[in-house]
Amino acid sequence: MIVLDAAGLEKTFVLHLQNGTRLPVLRGAGLTLRAGRCVALTGPSGAGKSTLLRALYGNYRVSAGSIRVRHRGAMIDMADAPPERVIEIRRETLGYVSQFLRAMPRLAARDVVAAPLLDRGAAAEAAAARARAMLDRLGIPTPLHALPPVTFSGGEQQRVNLARAFACEWPILLLDEPTASLDAANRDIVIGLMREAKARGAALLGIFHDRHVRDAVADETLSLEPLKESA
Amino acid sequence: MTLLQARDLRKRFGPVAALDDVSLSLRRREIVAIVGESGSGKSTLLNVLSGRIAPDSGTVLYDEGEGLSPIAGRGEARLRHLQRTRWGFVQQDPRQALRLSVTAGGNIGERLMVSGARHYGDIRATAARWLETVEIDPARLDDLPRTFSGGMLQRLQIAATLVTEPELVFMDEPTGGLDVSVQARILDLVRGLVRRLGLAVLLVTHDIGVARLLADRLVVMRHGRIVETGLTDQVLDDPHHEYTQLLVSSVLPA
Repeated sequence: MIVLDAAGLEKTFVLHLQNGTRLPVLRGAGLTLRAGRCVALTGPSGAGKSTLLRALYGNYRVSAGSIRVRHRGAMIDMADAPPERVIEIRRETLGYVSQFLRAMPRLAARDVVAAPLLDRGAAAEAAAARARAMLDRLGIPTPLHALPPVTFSGGEQQRVNLARAFACEWPILLLDEPTASLDAANRDIVIGLMREAKARGAALLGIFHDRHVRDAVADETLSLEPLKESA
Repeated sequence: MTLLQARDLRKRFGPVAALDDVSLSLRRREIVAIVGESGSGKSTLLNVLSGRIAPDSGTVLYDEGEGLSPIAGRGEARLRHLQRTRWGFVQQDPRQALRLSVTAGGNIGERLMVSGARHYGDIRATAARWLETVEIDPARLDDLPRTFSGGMLQRLQIAATLVTEPELVFMDEPTGGLDVSVQARILDLVRGLVRRLGLAVLLVTHDIGVARLLADRLVVMRHGRIVETGLTDQVLDDPHHEYTQLLVSSVLPA
């Protein structure tokens, strides 16, 4: 079953502070994601892999093209949806995880992880239990669960971020280098989480520089090439 | 569902166009931040939207459950009632909003009484509960606000505003002028309360970090005009307008 179908995506950054320099990154980009399958984005640095991921999440606004996402049983074009619908799709259907945690002041790690579950209407106890289990699984020691991750090491923050992303059972999950800078043991834990997500029917789209990770989870690859400069 | 809508607002102060053809709408439970530098018209916009000053032209509409209707057509008494019961206003300087010669509990209780509460014991208990909610020791209920720190005063103003459970809260630079550590506490408190109470919020701030933390959507203003709108992360991560790019790139990374 197709859960995401993007076509004709165009994205050019116009840098007004640099004399209006135009940086074309996506031209006619598109892809299809199916339930239970994982696509790996490949290509050299600067090919627009992260830009494509962010465009699919609605974080970068495309100037043309469609991003049709299966949401509440219908295909909705994210590129053309009002803000409240994009928020709803991000809450229920489309997850995004990068290697960087945007830490909130004073919010405990367990609450950071539980927040998206609560946003979806989960009961407080269920969300807390799920958060605890995910933090345990990613090797965050129990005493740290009650502390704000602002003070954690980079690796710990990354694992809190992954716990947050995998706490929800997203139908579609976009992953930008989820295992970058993790040690082998934690990398294998994340591979396990991605495989479990696929097994329950999630569609995954990821950028994985680590070949081991790509081979372990990806069913197909999509290669992007940098666009040639144009006016 | 649209709760508040502004159409083609214009407002001049002498030769200066503080609002130049501004339109926007706010949905129930939505948090929208209006960002821009000093003099961009953002505070004027907040004052016009909340009925505190009248626009030269244009309309502000509000839905009290029977569809959108102009607030100007309600008459002074009904507008005041709307402001006191369904709306709240958090000002940058809590000293302007609070009565410093009245106890903390009295400041909270006053709003409750305006909206109809009469039972002294209930009012006192509610005031104590709200002090606790905003992390002020309920033992300070009978203290005068002038003995409070700036951060405590701001939290007291928030309690006095939210106690009547408004559906829409206007906030004008709620963390302006506070120490960074105090700001974080206020922001965290506001973020939690807004979600828990299901409030709609129109927030004016020049601080992009505040907007990122609290807002679903951003409205960027310059010289009295809206130059860009979008989801908060879209506008901040992929700013399109020249002015927004300048605003975003001028922030020091934390």
